[in-house]
Amino acid sequence: SSRRSSFPDEVLERVLSLLKSHRDRSSVSLVCKDWYNAERWSRTHVFIGNCYSVSPEIVARRFPKIRSVTLKGKPRFSDFNLVPENWGADIHAWLVVFAAKYPFLEELRLKRMAISDESLEFLAVSFPNFKALSLLSCDGFSTNGLAAIATHCKNLTELDIQENGIDDKGGSWLSCFPESFTSLEVLNFANLSSDINFDALERLVGRCKSMRVLKLNRSVSLEQLQRLLVNAPQLAELGTGSFSEELTFRQYVELESALSNCKNMHTLSGLWDAKGIYLPALYPVCTHLTFLNLSYAALRSDELAKLLAHCPRLKRLWVLDTVEDKGLEAVGLNCPLLEELRVFPADPFDEEIIHGVTEAGFVAVSFGCPGLHYVLYFCRQMTNAAVATIVQNCPDFTHFRLCIMNPGQPDYITNEPMDEAFGAVVKTCTKLQRLSVSGLLTDLTFEYIGRYAKNLETLSVAFAGSSDWGMQCVMGGCSKLRKLEIRDCPFGNAALLSGLEKYESMRSLWMSACNVTMNGCRLLAREMPRLNVEVMKEDGSDDSQADKVYVYRSIAGPRRDAPPSVLTL
Amino acid sequence: MERRVNYENDLNLMATELSLGLPGCGDDEPQRKTNPSIRNNKRTAPEISEVSSSESSSSITMSGSDDQDSPPPAKEQVVGWPPIRSYRKNCLQSSKRNEVEGMGMYVKVSVDGAPYLRKIDLKVYRSYPQLLKALENMFKLTIGAYSKREGYNGSDYAPTYEDKDGDWMLVGDVPWEMFISSCKRLRIMKGSEARGLGCV
Repeated sequence: SSRRSSFPDEVLERVLSLLKSHRDRSSVSLVCKDWYNAERWSRTHVFIGNCYSVSPEIVARRFPKIRSVTLKGKPRFSDFNLVPENWGADIHAWLVVFAAKYPFLEELRLKRMAISDESLEFLAVSFPNFKALSLLSCDGFSTNGLAAIATHCKNLTELDIQENGIDDKGGSWLSCFPESFTSLEVLNFANLSSDINFDALERLVGRCKSMRVLKLNRSVSLEQLQRLLVNAPQLAELGTGSFSEELTFRQYVELESALSNCKNMHTLSGLWDAKGIYLPALYPVCTHLTFLNLSYAALRSDELAKLLAHCPRLKRLWVLDTVEDKGLEAVGLNCPLLEELRVFPADPFDEEIIHGVTEAGFVAVSFGCPGLHYVLYFCRQMTNAAVATIVQNCPDFTHFRLCIMNPGQPDYITNEPMDEAFGAVVKTCTKLQRLSVSGLLTDLTFEYIGRYAKNLETLSVAFAGSSDWGMQCVMGGCSKLRKLEIRDCPFGNAALLSGLEKYESMRSLWMSACNVTMNGCRLLAREMPRLNVEVMKEDGSDDSQADKVYVYRSIAGPRRDAPPSVLTL
Repeated sequence: MERRVNYENDLNLMATELSLGLPGCGDDEPQRKTNPSIRNNKRTAPEISEVSSSESSSSITMSGSDDQDSPPPAKEQVVGWPPIRSYRKNCLQSSKRNEVEGMGMYVKVSVDGAPYLRKIDLKVYRSYPQLLKALENMFKLTIGAYSKREGYNGSDYAPTYEDKDGDWMLVGDVPWEMFISSCKRLRIMKGSEARGLGCV
């Protein structure tokens, strides 16, 4: 139907098919009707950030040729047990529509969705071309579902099972891959604890010559790891199993040799229970490593330092705070190319702990790694001055997630709120997209955020603020805000309603244990019919209090699968 | 908002009171003086989200927002804080449990000719001699001493175990820690079969 357009639809579609970013595609689809149509016919991958924002029928109607789907479900705070059981985000209704409309579906990537074994079996038999399944932070399924996938998906290239609430009934699922099956490129079962049949795994890895990602679970021993690596030197990403059994000298040498043959390896993880004594076996691999995930290995500072001396090209590092500030000094000294650092707490719930990391470690990293742009840092003490120094050294932060673990804790030297710390972050880091705040914070922090954080898209707030004004500043100032999650803050109806105009341009808002009431929520729901306003009540709470509120835009209307504990207003 | 009102009334009295003593005892907390309304507006999460929560296993002992001068009692936990995924929490907990003597490591023990099996907790023992002595006591038999060359030669019994690979190994060959991590079950072999092992 082209009259005045410069070239035929087919050419436009061809050109547009080269566009991968869904945001670019979104922009393209808004240009004109022709472009909207060309875009929808050429799109093969759809990303749905909130499964309730749209229905599977609407998706299928608009995009006829989808081969790959990414879906995210529950609010992020469900990872921390703040969302009731059976909240929803079940994949099954989607699968039924996909089976009818996208029989050639190849990829499904789910985050925080509920998926049952029945759904996995349905998936396995409904899509003959199915290639890639990735489940992150999902729940509702067991290893029986994985067995169905292994049994039926003849063209599977990727099985990536990460950090899910999976019911691990045993390792026999791995033996379900037929002997004729050779296409697997990505296998990640680190999530599971049961023993798998090692012979079956060895044969599987041996015949899948294109395998580039292999992440084992803890039950796989060092000796078994060596046997696998001998047959898979092409691996680019390796997650070891347990790194702690006692090896004979000969076994150690063989392991080191097998690792040194892995010339393509750029990512290393696993290292469960790693004992420092065997880490030198990793040295040959370390020279090329760009991503090292030690967040399940409780290393000491000297052990980390020795290891990092061999990792000059590291861009991403995840560690436990057992490495302490001294370990982080070693990061600053050895890893000048570092872009991302995550420090997880080894003992998050033990308040007797007096070690872990402090502001000193973070500062040390910032001096040595000017390219740092992503940080997740759990600590027990912080100062405003330290954060100011850090962002001065590293002004390019895009993701700044600081968790001072004791709620409402001030600057431990000056005893002042941490307002100036986050003020420094938002003033200096103009590219900031994601911010998580913590410590003792007044409304001033949020004034700073509203005034300076013009590129901010995601904000997480807990135990902070003084009054409605704080949240109002954020709603008024952060024009690019898409996701806001708040817990245990003194923000009430005035704050909630100040965002009235804004919520339709956002993905979602979460507010729990704040001062919002049912009336406030009802008002919001009434004024903004295209928002779904859901309230989760706690047992025994005041009738008028809206304990947990989840607000999100949707073109699918209120959802029909909400459990009794979730009220849709 | 009732709490805020209370607090401001208290502040008017307390702020002007002179007293001897370290900051933080009996006074309002010193860090609050920059913005007195902070404290009360910040809801103590435990009271709100924990009391009625059914999905968390953490426990709350925090007494209330009026309790400003003593540090929070020990073992206070807040639902979902610090924000760490359940998966990671469970991994850390199971690591710790494996180190601490909380979790038993029970394996079946069979003796050739005995009518039924027994179970023992391997975590209880620190060394091979301790384990062998316990087995001898349990089954009223003599296993004797281990030697690298001869195994348990001289004895009518040989203790063996099934390892992770499904192979039957002689107890005592590998370091204790390695044995503990790979032993799935024990079998005490008897008679000529047992004696034969010493000569292999």
